[in-house]
Amino acid sequence: MGDAFGGYDAGGISDAAAVERTLAGEREAYRVLVERHSAYVYRVAYRMTGNSHDAEEVVQEAFLRAYQKLQQFAGNANFGTWVYRIAANYAIDRLRQKKNEDARREVAPRAAEDESEIDPLEKLKDTAPSPERLAGSAQLARKMKEALDTLTPAERTAIVMRHWDGCGIEEIAEVLKSNSSAAKNTVFRAVQKLRQALKPFAEGRGAAKAVGTEL
Amino acid sequence: MKHTTEQELFAYREGEMKRRQTIAAHLQECGECREELERIEEVFRAFNAMPAPDPGAEYGAKVWRQIANRLPEHRPERPPERGANWWRAWFAPRRLMAVGVAVVLLALAFYAGRRTSPKPGGDEIADASKIRERVLLVAVGEHLGKSEMILMELSNAQPAEDGKKLINISTAQKRAEDLVEENRLYRQTALEGGDNAIANTLDELQRVLLDVANSPAEVTPVQFESIQKRIAAQGILLKVRVVRQELRAESEGKKTEPAQSDSTPKARNKA
Repeated sequence: MGDAFGGYDAGGISDAAAVERTLAGEREAYRVLVERHSAYVYRVAYRMTGNSHDAEEVVQEAFLRAYQKLQQFAGNANFGTWVYRIAANYAIDRLRQKKNEDARREVAPRAAEDESEIDPLEKLKDTAPSPERLAGSAQLARKMKEALDTLTPAERTAIVMRHWDGCGIEEIAEVLKSNSSAAKNTVFRAVQKLRQALKPFAEGRGAAKAVGTEL
Repeated sequence: MKHTTEQELFAYREGEMKRRQTIAAHLQECGECREELERIEEVFRAFNAMPAPDPGAEYGAKVWRQIANRLPEHRPERPPERGANWWRAWFAPRRLMAVGVAVVLLALAFYAGRRTSPKPGGDEIADASKIRERVLLVAVGEHLGKSEMILMELSNAQPAEDGKKLINISTAQKRAEDLVEENRLYRQTALEGGDNAIANTLDELQRVLLDVANSPAEVTPVQFESIQKRIAAQGILLKVRVVRQELRAESEGKKTEPAQSDSTPKARNKA
């Protein structure tokens, strides 16, 4: 990497130094942090929101909020984790807001939604070759996307944080503003709902595997 | 015996200790509950298989262009007043963990410093930063070594011996669990130091370690094979070995050579 601009080399200074310089008034130093952590925050935001449009907005808002609250970060452990937490908090707020808006408008079923957006999940359908297995994966991915859309914002955030990013229950509880036992239950509820939604598909596959191996 | 509930199986899979022995014993005996566990596992497999879109190498620059003009409206706030509860922050779990890691690194740095004989005539400052970097190289190298060992053990183990219905992977699972948090911290440190090559490998390793850590302590042969396949599919063992060898070579180089101006993370990223 090491793409230099305005005297800053993204690979050259540490996060701590970039934070310090930003706080000292060198706005360009913040660029290093944005360039370094954007992709990771985007991937997490995508999992939480389920589409790239919202994910991009979460990323931008997370970095704007992080900039505004940079003073609070100064004593904290690391910038990546900190901005991740801000993104997760914003994602959950945004998901809640969207659910409320949807409820108010009484929009038509989701099928018609986001047609204009090229979703990476949809690409699977086109790019995957014909073998049944891959077709099955694409179908499963679509089912999973639909199933994730049925989760509440808290459930979706909890399962993404826990099972995709390996966060501890305490960390999830902090983002959900609840306690550990409630956070644990939220993850379980999410798994239960996903399981219910994927039942015909996933259990068919599970059964097929069991038949093939447990002789 | 009564069958286990869905919530019990989920808790068991999550590694909870409550009634663990009882559930494990029941799973040994009950094919129905094993199948139920396998069905829960299917959901996680499907969830983990969801593609994570790559926004592309230029994405960071794009985000910067999008927000740069809006930053003045979001001017950094003034430092918060130190209230009566400021000390609480010091005892937050994450902070304690960071302090713990820092203490370990300092201890290692001290140790490495003792092992590095001072050069007559100077280079002390360059040496100090070299020592710090070497300590990190050694620590990451050791971490990769431990991870490699777990993955190798799992890859080479027999999927199912003597018609056993469940395979106990609790030792590997526990070790993977311990390494997950360590891995996150090293990955973050590598990112902060601009060492993207190592950060990427640690990122991939994180997924595999999580897979193992989130597995139940006893798995069915199907689950076990699936873990092995995932390790093989990612080619992670080879990647870990390559990075570890590079780190070892680099660390050896730092021990013997004087300070070099070229930054090693950059060299690794280029490679």
